[in-house]
Amino acid sequence: MPQLTLVQAINTALAQEMERDDRVLILGEDVGPNGGVFRVTEGLQDKFGKDRVVDTPLDESGIMGSAIGLAIGGMRPIPEIQFEGFLGPAYDQLVNHAARMRTRTRSAITVPMTVRVPVGGGIHAPELHSDSPEAIYTHSPGLKVVMPCTPYDAKGLLLSAIRDPDPVIFFEPKRVYRSYREEVPDEDYTIPIGEAKVVSEGDDITVVTWGAPVFQCLGALDNLPEDVSVELIDLRSIYPLDVDTIVESVKKTGRCVVVHEAPKTAGMGAEISALIQENCFLYLEAPVQRCAGFDTIMPYYKLELEYLPETPRIQNAIEECLAY
Amino acid sequence: MPKKTVYEAKIEYMQILNEEGKLDDKLAKDTLTDEQVVYLYEQMSIGRQYDEIAFKLQRSGRMGTYPQNKGQEANAVGAGLALEKGKDWLIPCYRENAALFMHGLPMHYVLLHWMGDERGNQIPEDCRMTPLSIPIGTHMLHAMGIAWANKLRGEDSVVTTFFGDGATSEGDFHAAMNFASVMQVPVIFYCQNNQWAISVPRESQMNSATVAQKAIAYDMPTIQIDGNDIFATYKATKDAAKRAREGGGPSFIEAVTYRLGDHTTADDARRYRDQAEVDAWKARDPLIRTRIYMEKKGLWSDKHQTELEDRAKRIVDEVAKTAFEIEAPAAADFFDHMFATLPDALARQRDTMRTSSLGLDPDQIGLAARTQRA
Repeated sequence: MPQLTLVQAINTALAQEMERDDRVLILGEDVGPNGGVFRVTEGLQDKFGKDRVVDTPLDESGIMGSAIGLAIGGMRPIPEIQFEGFLGPAYDQLVNHAARMRTRTRSAITVPMTVRVPVGGGIHAPELHSDSPEAIYTHSPGLKVVMPCTPYDAKGLLLSAIRDPDPVIFFEPKRVYRSYREEVPDEDYTIPIGEAKVVSEGDDITVVTWGAPVFQCLGALDNLPEDVSVELIDLRSIYPLDVDTIVESVKKTGRCVVVHEAPKTAGMGAEISALIQENCFLYLEAPVQRCAGFDTIMPYYKLELEYLPETPRIQNAIEECLAY
Repeated sequence: MPKKTVYEAKIEYMQILNEEGKLDDKLAKDTLTDEQVVYLYEQMSIGRQYDEIAFKLQRSGRMGTYPQNKGQEANAVGAGLALEKGKDWLIPCYRENAALFMHGLPMHYVLLHWMGDERGNQIPEDCRMTPLSIPIGTHMLHAMGIAWANKLRGEDSVVTTFFGDGATSEGDFHAAMNFASVMQVPVIFYCQNNQWAISVPRESQMNSATVAQKAIAYDMPTIQIDGNDIFATYKATKDAAKRAREGGGPSFIEAVTYRLGDHTTADDARRYRDQAEVDAWKARDPLIRTRIYMEKKGLWSDKHQTELEDRAKRIVDEVAKTAFEIEAPAAADFFDHMFATLPDALARQRDTMRTSSLGLDPDQIGLAARTQRA
């Protein structure tokens, strides 16, 4: 079985699905001969031609809006937005049109498309290349939001996303793009959208996270005393959210820390805390802790590690929650 | 080195049937037959009656806000006839009712839409159109994308999108024009320049002499036409559709017309425009000139007119009755069409929507007690 990076796993999944389904096409900025700024679509235009891997004009709203039309017209478009910070110009098309089309037409017209977006900080990128806007789109009914962080999960979730009859935002943590390899089967497999993964089982405390911080959390777990037993949950899907896995774990441990890169206030941590409070009130031994980005503008990269929930801060949060 | 001209452009204006009902026979050749002229007149008249009834329904509190199409009907019917029903796509704004009806949309759907019922957007399977689009200028990209899909699939289908002069200020208008031009897709951009974007006149909307010239930047065939002339609206659309079918890519049509009514029933145009201007445009009403033309050709009489008015009333009354007799939508509808398969948490919200404990597990202590009391 080949050892693949996140970039390679996504590239493989795209190629396999384009081979399988000729309705699938990729459109975006620099996705053609250049293979995308992160090389995720490398080699795909050579393989599938210029009609199926399309370099568009430089206009995110144009990419999103025309992808909606392609989907209505019977194709399975995969628009790529180069960085999450550039979702802004496409926001209207995504949230006000793609997300609403099925409901407003009572399912007469639907928009099956997968929006691929590199996300998050930690790679010394310029301004507006490091944010984590997953909560914004989770708060927009009609969209599914996924953020796998391992090559295996990325392939399986991407295949599910492309085959999903509704619009899916597929966030790719760019910090993990090339930093981690694992075995990824050649064959076709899917991972259902909406299923979290228990990365490590434990009894003392639950840590819920997703995206690149999964690896920071693993680092924190390594630094904890050996007798501390942590249950680490990688959500993989932000919407729909796997509430059952979180609730089941917190009922067992009674303690929970939620870790995310996005700003704390009204981030997904707030929603997860509320869900735990609603579902596990009598099981809690400590208040749910949130270890998140701050309610500030994401700093330029000299200070980005101060902003992001890095291993020491996560470790502190876990220890504080355990000590309560 | 002397400067040289690297690009020159001009905009042509086309009018075939003028305000006095006089036809330019040369331009009219191979356009509308007498039967088609009568048919389009009937469609415009039914549309006008539809507006009247919709207006009354709103005023009597039985329907929400409604935007009248009054004065602009020649565009919807001319374009509607030039395009093939069930094959070509219509991506409308909200002043093209007659085109949608001609392409098979049940007439009560538009009333349902304005009565606040999404089932008015539930486009029947054999109709190739999207529902009315309320936000300005966002739907042109969808038209472009559908046309792109048509091209990729080798489908013989042209997409026409309608919008107003104000929409051409939106960024998405330019995105759609540019994408359509770069990808050379079979789409027609049909601008109903009705002179007003709610209260803002065309002159404040843009500093261009014409709307049509905006297409020149995208190297798109473009024309300005009299939008109150059914021969011109038909011919311009027919020409653009032919070009699109033959692989000639997108076209632009600026149809100069006028919104004779208020923007919507929630608007009062007397606040911002002169009655003299409205009166001048009333004389250019597409129904008036078409009727004069038909009468001169011996196609129409007062008797025909009376019969048509009666028929239009009967049709529209029946449509309104249909819209009102439809049973109220089920509350679960707005859940059930969120996704193809409803996520569990959303299904639970639907199932507990009447309770105060939205989406919670009813077996929880406290909640269970409360449920038992109830």
